Amino acid sequence: MKVDNKLIDKLARLSKLEFDDESKESIKKDLSRMLDFVDQLNELDTEGVEPLIHVNEETNKYREDEVTEKLEQKEALKNAPEHDGFYFKVPKVVENPDDK
Amino acid sequence: MIEERKEILDKYQLVVGLEVHAQLLTKSKAYAGDLNAFGSLPNSNTSPLTLGHPGTLPRVNHQVVDFAIKLGLATNCSITREMHFARKNYFYADLPKGYQITQDTTPICKAGYLDVKDANHKIKRIGITRIHIEEDAGKSIHDQDPFNTLVDLNRAGVPLLEIVSEPDIRSIEEAYNYLAEIRRLVRYLEICDGNMEEGSMRCDANVSVMLKGSKTFGNRCEVKNMNSLRNVQRAIEFEMKRQVFLIESGAPVDQQTRSFDAVQGTTFTLRGKEDAHDYRYFPEPDIQPLSLEQAVIDEVRKTMPPLPNELFSKYTEELKLSEYDAGILIESKPIALYYNELIEHTKNYKAAANWVIGEIKSYLNQSATSIEDFALRPAQIAEIIDLIDSDKISKSAASQQLFSKFVADPSSTAEQIAEKANILQESDDDWLEEIAQKAIGAYPDKAEAYRKGNKGLLGLFMGEVMKLSNRKANPKMASQILRKLLES
Repeated sequence: MKVDNKLIDKLARLSKLEFDDESKESIKKDLSRMLDFVDQLNELDTEGVEPLIHVNEETNKYREDEVTEKLEQKEALKNAPEHDGFYFKVPKVVENPDDK
Repeated sequence: MIEERKEILDKYQLVVGLEVHAQLLTKSKAYAGDLNAFGSLPNSNTSPLTLGHPGTLPRVNHQVVDFAIKLGLATNCSITREMHFARKNYFYADLPKGYQITQDTTPICKAGYLDVKDANHKIKRIGITRIHIEEDAGKSIHDQDPFNTLVDLNRAGVPLLEIVSEPDIRSIEEAYNYLAEIRRLVRYLEICDGNMEEGSMRCDANVSVMLKGSKTFGNRCEVKNMNSLRNVQRAIEFEMKRQVFLIESGAPVDQQTRSFDAVQGTTFTLRGKEDAHDYRYFPEPDIQPLSLEQAVIDEVRKTMPPLPNELFSKYTEELKLSEYDAGILIESKPIALYYNELIEHTKNYKAAANWVIGEIKSYLNQSATSIEDFALRPAQIAEIIDLIDSDKISKSAASQQLFSKFVADPSSTAEQIAEKANILQESDDDWLEEIAQKAIGAYPDKAEAYRKGNKGLLGLFMGEVMKLSNRKANPKMASQILRKLLES
């Protein structure tokens, strides 16, 4: 995969981040190195091998349907950078304001 | 703006697939132990996992899996035996983890169907592609604060089942009936309250049109935010006309996500194809896979209630009720269960249906009582029906007098109450004959006219018998006796 500015911009958009040109250059280098490393794994023939999702074989680790946790409202809100007595506050996010 | 000429619309075939989200009635959330409840104070039902704090691990709520199996069995799906969860990544404030835990390649239910009525009341089979387990996001409020969006995470992590239909729906009637059937099913199974207005059941519609006879579907638009069955119909109807108008005017239908505006009855663009999300699904590493044994599925099957479509067939085919009556009886599960119990106590199925649909439902409406709190048990309604069928009481006396007196005094028997109210019919032959003689004796000229052929005069003598007997004469017997006396 080619790591270019277009890809970096797309990833930035997906993760709601912004990078200046200098950062983009270093991210491009890092990402390329990571992808090259992963590409080495692609040298192995994995035809017909089921992907391994979990390293142990345990299944059905259920939780019974009981209320076991209760975070007080105040506790829940306290670590957020912005909040009032009831709500988390985030910058205004409206999907497509021009259409309304 | 939209050309509503019927002959133009008639050239096109509507094609719809529906995605329904049902919030599950569990006590706790899908992957954490915080309370699942509607209407609490904002941000009072959360946990570190729901808030996306580091160092937290999800665990699957057992009840969610059982509920999913129930709905899968009720919609004729095959149940997946080996499955795992997936992360659906997107970055939005209503989802602090940064991903929704869902199922991607291994949905718990696959390849089912529902039979519903089409626009011509014929049975139409609608395929169900899949049902999978996922979690709801929090709620964003955009209009309370001029500078910020407010976020309430009580709903974040509430378990959902997403039910995806095949694009088999060809009319708004089919769409309505399919959704109504899903809503009845989740209510019968008691896994979701099916309340579209409050958002506990939500529906997105994938709508496209094509020329009739065509094999290729047109470009589809996904319409969101319809909060009632009626609005789903309105949105699909509008969207069909909009797309036909575009095609007729030579413009392409762009693949879009649109939102329904209930006030205007129109849809508007939320995002185009180029803004479509890239969810980057991958297997959820924090949750071990599930492996369902047949015994588990069989266990769940044993807990299934009778289903509305089965009851409908039984009522119309075996009990010979009209489709209309059967439809009313199955609409709510408690009413259907009441009727089911009632017909164990009487063989007069039609009368039983009439009592439930008529007297009982109107009493419940007027007194704002639910059938679970109704004073009379099905066996007691059967007593009333038996009294009528054995001619001990007239239908009108039963519904106008006995019923309300019985509701007020449910510890007596129906017969005791009828006796106390003096509304038991007199069926004693000798006594009736005596009264009939008196009635005929009072109008000798009319009796003569009857014998000469004016049979319509029977009504006059019946009226007289009723008067003389204080309305206690059994009308069927009285009329037989009158006829016998007049014709001898």
